[in-house]
Amino acid sequence: MPQVPAENASTAAAAAATAVPGAGRHGGATAWWGKLHGLGPVIGLVLLCIAGTLLNSNFATYDNVMNVLTRTAFIGIIAVGMCFVIISGGIDLSVGSMAALIAGSVILFMNAMAPVLGSPMAAVVVGMLLAVVLGAVFGLVHGLLITKGRIEPFIVTLGTLGIFRAYLTYFSNGGAITLENDLSDIYSPVYYANLLGVPIPVWIFLLVAVIGGVILNRTAYGRYVQAIGSNEQVAQYAAVDVHKIKILTYMLLGVCVGIATLLYVPRLGSASPTTGLLWELEAIAAVIVGGTVLKGGAGSITGTVVGAILLSVISNILNLTSIISVYLNAAVQGFVIIAVAFMQRGKR
Amino acid sequence: MNSKTTSSFTRRLALSAVGAAAALALAGPAIAQANKTVVGVAIPSATHGFTGGIVYWANQAKKDLEKAHPGLQVIVKTAGGAPEQANQLQDLVTVNKINALVIFPFESAALTKPVAQVKAKGVYVTVVDRGLTDTSAQDAYVAGDNTAFGKIPAEYIAKALNGKGNVVAMRGIATTLDNERMDAFNAVLKNHPDIKLLDAKYANWNRDDAFKVMQDYLTRFPQIDAVWAADDDMAVGVLKAIEQAKRKDIKLVFGGAGAKGMIKTLADGSNPLIQANVSYSPKFIYDSIKLTAEARIKGEKLPATTIIPSVLITKENAKSFYFPDSPF
Repeated sequence: MPQVPAENASTAAAAAATAVPGAGRHGGATAWWGKLHGLGPVIGLVLLCIAGTLLNSNFATYDNVMNVLTRTAFIGIIAVGMCFVIISGGIDLSVGSMAALIAGSVILFMNAMAPVLGSPMAAVVVGMLLAVVLGAVFGLVHGLLITKGRIEPFIVTLGTLGIFRAYLTYFSNGGAITLENDLSDIYSPVYYANLLGVPIPVWIFLLVAVIGGVILNRTAYGRYVQAIGSNEQVAQYAAVDVHKIKILTYMLLGVCVGIATLLYVPRLGSASPTTGLLWELEAIAAVIVGGTVLKGGAGSITGTVVGAILLSVISNILNLTSIISVYLNAAVQGFVIIAVAFMQRGKR
Repeated sequence: MNSKTTSSFTRRLALSAVGAAAALALAGPAIAQANKTVVGVAIPSATHGFTGGIVYWANQAKKDLEKAHPGLQVIVKTAGGAPEQANQLQDLVTVNKINALVIFPFESAALTKPVAQVKAKGVYVTVVDRGLTDTSAQDAYVAGDNTAFGKIPAEYIAKALNGKGNVVAMRGIATTLDNERMDAFNAVLKNHPDIKLLDAKYANWNRDDAFKVMQDYLTRFPQIDAVWAADDDMAVGVLKAIEQAKRKDIKLVFGGAGAKGMIKTLADGSNPLIQANVSYSPKFIYDSIKLTAEARIKGEKLPATTIIPSVLITKENAKSFYFPDSPF
């Protein structure tokens, strides 16, 4: 479990942060320095973008920026939900498998319902609703097992990680589940169309992030999530219905996974057992790079969004250049993630 | 590797392709059943398209062969990892009392010792596709032709582009098998100095990754004439990215392995970018089980190495590579 080292590290980092201004170069720098820590992911992103532009002049083109933002939308939307779960002190390792199973189920459902409903359009719309409902139901099951069943979130979602993917593999016979052509034609604008020159997935990503930010910072529920994450017992004494809030948090993440899947399915019109592989780690990395603490209590949606974009930009730059051996791509990503986390280590 | 067995096998494969079921039905009763033959089959479990196909074809072989040869028993075991597969080998020998084993090793190095132990107990061992690190642990080796898998697309692309143009490639996962294919591809391009390989990145035999890598290739290179996607799953992502970017410069997308969707597209001629494919069918597990079982029933041995040829698939011969019931 990463909780323990994370706790130690952040305590140590907090101690270091108080020590640095004390040893001070200039006294008034404390506030400025504190602000800089929080800006770690933004600075990282800006540096990466400068590097990208220097390495390839096509990096800064509008089309490339939109490509990167569009492909970030899946992980970004899941990361917004993941941010709530992590702030509440939990974790969800199953999101990649969950997305894959939802994608597969929705495609099978649409293919089966199109002749029944008589209208491919209706099948697509009902299928889209099903994606969100399935996500909420899976989240509810997680929440119930974690709260009422009193099992560690790590264990529950480790279990469902295997279960979800195994069922997808079973449904697909190990191959791919493919959306029928007429349905695919109706559905594909959801991924490929633009609104005011900006692709639909980017709009939805933005919308989810704004709503997430409002819920986290402007509602009682958001404050309870943070309270539970920083000290569950104190929250309980303060008459917070901890179980209800936790269940809602996992459902919120499930809904986010459902929405992400809605955008994912029309891209390739298929789901296979490799769909969504390691998305859980990408989503968790986006949240952590964005400045949320793995042990819970506090975090930011803006940071999460920046973190998600940062991760996609790295792989985009690696694809746009050929100066680094292709064998080392994962290493470059690892170095950048650690460097960004290092830049904001003194935040608390 | 060796090509002596290849040509004779091509003929046999062609025969079986014409009417595998009919041939089996005729051959079946002709062979006298002396002792009961029990063939154990150990393969990776279905976690993606290709292994899904492996599992399908192994079960298909069990069905066809047991029907054709009364007294023959085929036991199929699938494993999610090397340790699990090693345990299954022990079970096959001690519980199921197999006298022949067909194994698609999950990993080469980790399974060499367990397979050697099976052979030491007098079981006839056929190793498929992923070779063991010590070949003395096996009686026979049957594999797909990775060199042809890289060579055929390169030759086709060179010819289609009249020896001049820009090509991008997409590789699988960094493995020796992938290197073999890429080396073969590069070796052919050496003979065509006017064909420029712009870049070759890993897309992990994955549709999503291929989509992203292709988007980035399209951003980076204003003129691309052909794409070698080195697998049909990746070709799906490549086609979507080209479609989205509305690029007209690409004349050809060459996938590989003959996934049923691509073979159908090829046979129907429904996408002008898809003009050819190269076979590397998971059906080779079917052929391996069939060869091993039939040889053992007659008390014969297989040649030390059998390479299942990878051949060029075009619109003309696509029909004979189309298996609509297979998941791959």
